[in-house]
Amino acid sequence: MSRPDTPRTHLEERTPVVEMRSIRKTFLDVVANRDVDFTLYKGEICALLGENGAGKTTLMNILFGYYAADSGEIRIGGEKVSLSSPRDAITRRIGMVHQHFTLVPSQTVLENTVVGSCGGFFLDMGKARRKLLELQRRFGLHVDPDAPVWTLPIGGQQKVEILKALYRDAHILILDEPTAVLAPLETMELFGTLRALAAEGCSVVFISHKLYEVMEIADRVVVLSKGSVAAERETRDTDERELANLMVGRELAVQRHSGSQRRGDPTLEIRSLSVRNDKELEAVKELSLAIRSGEILGMAGVSGNGQRELAEALFGLRVPDGGDVLLGGKPLPPGKPKTAVDRKMARIPEDRMTTGLLLELTVEENLVLENHASFRSFGMLDHAAIGRHADRLIGEFGITTDGRRAVARTLSGGNLQKIILARELSASPRAVVAAQPTRGLDVGAIEYVHKRILEARESGAAILLISEDLDEIFLLADRIAVMYEGRIMGIAERDEASREQVGLWMSGVNEPCA
Amino acid sequence: MIVSKRAPLPGWIQLLVPVGAVLATLLLSAIPILIAGGDLWLSYASLFKGALGTRYNFLETCVKAAPLTFTGLAVAFAFRAKFWNIGAEGQLLAGAIAAAWVGIYAPPLPKVIVLFLVCAAGFLAGGAWATIPALLKTKYRVDDVVTTLLLNYVMWHLMGYLLFGPLQMPGSSWPRSPAVAEIARFPVLLIRSRFHLGILLALVAVLVVWFVNSKTVFGYQSRAVGVNPRAAAFGGINVNAVIMKTALLSGGLAGLAGVGEVVAIHFHLLMDISPGFGYSGIVIAMLGRLHPVGTALSAFFFSVIIVGAQSMSRLTGVPTYIAEVIQGMALIVMLIALLLTEYRVKAVRD
Amino acid sequence: MEQVMTTAFITGLLAAMMRMATPIIFGTLGEILCERAGVLNLGIEGIMLMGAMTGFLTTLTTGSLWLGVAAAALVGVLLSLFMAFLAVYLGLSQHVSGLGITLFSTGLAMFIYRLAVGSPVNPPTVRPFTQTAIPFLSGIPILGTALFNQYVLVYIALLLVPLIWFLLYRTSWGLAIRTVGENPFAADTVGINVNLTRTLCLAAGGALMGVGGAFLTLAHQNMFLIDVVGGRGWIAVAMVIFGNWDPVKGMAGAMIFGFLDALQLRLQGLGFDIPFHLFLIIPYLMTVIALVGVSRRAAAPAGLLKPYRREEKG
Repeated sequence: MSRPDTPRTHLEERTPVVEMRSIRKTFLDVVANRDVDFTLYKGEICALLGENGAGKTTLMNILFGYYAADSGEIRIGGEKVSLSSPRDAITRRIGMVHQHFTLVPSQTVLENTVVGSCGGFFLDMGKARRKLLELQRRFGLHVDPDAPVWTLPIGGQQKVEILKALYRDAHILILDEPTAVLAPLETMELFGTLRALAAEGCSVVFISHKLYEVMEIADRVVVLSKGSVAAERETRDTDERELANLMVGRELAVQRHSGSQRRGDPTLEIRSLSVRNDKELEAVKELSLAIRSGEILGMAGVSGNGQRELAEALFGLRVPDGGDVLLGGKPLPPGKPKTAVDRKMARIPEDRMTTGLLLELTVEENLVLENHASFRSFGMLDHAAIGRHADRLIGEFGITTDGRRAVARTLSGGNLQKIILARELSASPRAVVAAQPTRGLDVGAIEYVHKRILEARESGAAILLISEDLDEIFLLADRIAVMYEGRIMGIAERDEASREQVGLWMSGVNEPCA
Repeated sequence: MIVSKRAPLPGWIQLLVPVGAVLATLLLSAIPILIAGGDLWLSYASLFKGALGTRYNFLETCVKAAPLTFTGLAVAFAFRAKFWNIGAEGQLLAGAIAAAWVGIYAPPLPKVIVLFLVCAAGFLAGGAWATIPALLKTKYRVDDVVTTLLLNYVMWHLMGYLLFGPLQMPGSSWPRSPAVAEIARFPVLLIRSRFHLGILLALVAVLVVWFVNSKTVFGYQSRAVGVNPRAAAFGGINVNAVIMKTALLSGGLAGLAGVGEVVAIHFHLLMDISPGFGYSGIVIAMLGRLHPVGTALSAFFFSVIIVGAQSMSRLTGVPTYIAEVIQGMALIVMLIALLLTEYRVKAVRD
Repeated sequence: MEQVMTTAFITGLLAAMMRMATPIIFGTLGEILCERAGVLNLGIEGIMLMGAMTGFLTTLTTGSLWLGVAAAALVGVLLSLFMAFLAVYLGLSQHVSGLGITLFSTGLAMFIYRLAVGSPVNPPTVRPFTQTAIPFLSGIPILGTALFNQYVLVYIALLLVPLIWFLLYRTSWGLAIRTVGENPFAADTVGINVNLTRTLCLAAGGALMGVGGAFLTLAHQNMFLIDVVGGRGWIAVAMVIFGNWDPVKGMAGAMIFGFLDALQLRLQGLGFDIPFHLFLIIPYLMTVIALVGVSRRAAAPAGLLKPYRREEKG
């Protein structure tokens, strides 16, 4: 379904609904928001743009009452307020759709919507249902109220999140990176919803780091960089290039990496692989792929189409139902991460903190997670040798840390990823499987990860790059494949693939582009 | 209340934390003592004199510390791998039973070999008992807290069956086994005391556990599994094998606690061979921050409390259960102190 | 075998089953409240013991049974509040906090009892609850005596099961509790006070646990012994898992355990040629086996064991 695009009205009478002045917020020793002024006007869609770590989410979390600012003032509708918890924000009709969903998968849509706002001791589901259905009708957000949330696709779950806010009469709606989990078609749908909300007098804050989306949907952009406001623009008065530069604070080099030298037989082969997910449903359906050494194959696709399960099967963390994975012609025994390690497959997991690292251990202990057994002398662990190895890697990969004995937990996201890169890429791997390697990292860290992946390609590794970031795919890949509902929708050489075509594949549309 | 992470404290402060916890506990102990109507000065004095005041008392404290060290190490080693071994008590009993069986029917071999057999039997019995819940955890994902606990009761009743049956002293109606043969008994090492071989074995165990923890591949893997089993598996570690081996070693250590009680102290198998050593081990391990040396020190501290409490009780009338009260307080104080080293706590008006 | 199938035997067995199951039902319900909110309360064994002791001593000194029950509930609340302080507010490991409270409570219970009572040759007793027959219903053959001629506390336990079921699934409080246990972040963002919810659940659960303990010394028996709880707290924890965190299924598990416990006691007297100690093992062993059986579909609340703090990094 789609809403007719509401013509963007010029905001002659600009009534501020939210005024945040001189907001300052520090965590431990990091200044997340540095004297930030932010205004939101009635009926507008305002984008809050900035790279990861710029302070956008923190600022909005303060508005939502989740955090308390160290200093500064907030006015809602002209009235000074103190927001010490989300309850206060909700009372002031502020709603927030967070990056990580605030839903209970095992409960139904109705239960998730109603929790905390039932008004009364006994659950009156009938009344709640009527209110929910009315909201659904009004805004075109249709979801089955009795469906358990885990059965809904991600797009559907996001609708529930928006409905939750609307159910509480939100007239200020904050969305934090909402399109990260959506396919292009769903993104269009979301934008339609947002325009409809704005037309009804809602004011929307749209947090994003994606330039083209910001240009598409927002009336106004506020750019945050390193905790401060870098600039404010009306979107009609600016363009992507300018915004990019404002975001990073410098001229971004336009990069496109030159082609690779592909040689020889396929190094990493996936043959008819079928994998089930945690709910025992088929997530990967007889997927086949062959990657040669010196080639980067970019697997595009919205998260939730089987990429996680594919990666886990390749890592050895999940046993597939059927099919084979061959490395250098020899099959990898399923469910045995050790074999993948021994046969020099570098693996970069999607959740670096839960899967790739031992946060309570030291940097050096993390660096030797996979090869600790080789640091033995007289049967004992040779700590000196481990230390030397760690120091070398810290230097080579530029890991910012308080020494190799620092506890891993204290490092930043970018440096944590460097630990993983150092561990995986330093031993000249034959194949690299990287899942969402730059998620949540700032531009500097992203550039570094890209550099390392390209270097691995130069050294002849066969690289599978799974990423939901199309920019990244188009930047690095030699060939592009799209994964949709567990299958490959299409593969093309990078130079022959258009964003449009790839976008269609990502949405499950299998028509060749003209 | 707002709890926020604080910057890591320097190492020397971290070392002082357990010391501070011990002192705080001793101070807090004044409360139950006063409630019991005991004279404060006399109570503390009799506690310390009773535990440390004379050569005999000090050696007795060492004697009591041996089983506590073993169970403390057992629990510490298991907890480090997040194998929640609450079953040290049952594993201790298993070890005691095995040691009694070998000790009573001791084969005619040189003493050294017999002692070795007794210890091996106890170690293996305790280890085997611990591998049952470990197997259930790795194969069926059954919670280890509940299974290790329930198995304590199973072993307890099993021992009851044996002591009223096959292992009962012929002609007696008490649940008591025949005496352990002379050749199977731990030698006393210092005259005019009960300071026996088992105490040395406990100290050796501390060194062995320390060695395993810090110098072996298994020790590293055990710790990795405890910190993040998913990442450990990702890195190629065989998590299930590590858990099983950890359980074996942990149970074995607890079993050795039982061995000592049978062949060095009581010379028979009895129903009350353990006054809860296995459970005390939990507190001891936590107090020692799961580190082998810390565990040994806190085992000694607890022994001081237990032995001293007897003395205190005789002189002041304060019930001996004050020892358990102090144990419990020590754990809680230690937990709070540990937390304060990592987090800053501010009371906020909501 | 003929002895087993008599009416008298079955009636006696079922009646005993109810008595044995009741403290476990209280414990299981209490633990379900805690765990549904996301807190594993391993202090249950200690809390039940303190409840047993406090109830007994209160009744001993005041002569009132119900005052004893109330005191036991109060003690349960206080100990659970302490658990909340450690595990919810300070965020200490729930395993260790709970075990610490059990160990502390065990020592404390004995300490206080000794102080109050000393070490007499004959331990003091109280006049326990008597059974109250529900008119008409207690006349039903077999089931009547077993179910409707019981202590009032048994009736209370049975009534609490549907009450707590209703609370969890049909009230806004219950929805809040379940959300806190499954996704505390979700609960926080809709304005529910996660820590307060957890604390209240712990307190309510603690009260139930305390009463369960008091049942042991004021109804089932009439004196206090150090091993009066005898692991029933841990059984309750197992029953929560067995019942998949549902009050009705948990009660079923408790009844099964009570049945086995009552059965082994009666089988002992029937002259089977098996040593009675091995009978004692049966209920515990069956529980372990039952846990293996349900392990596949056991779904703990997703937020269990994790202290909730608002994310430090923006």
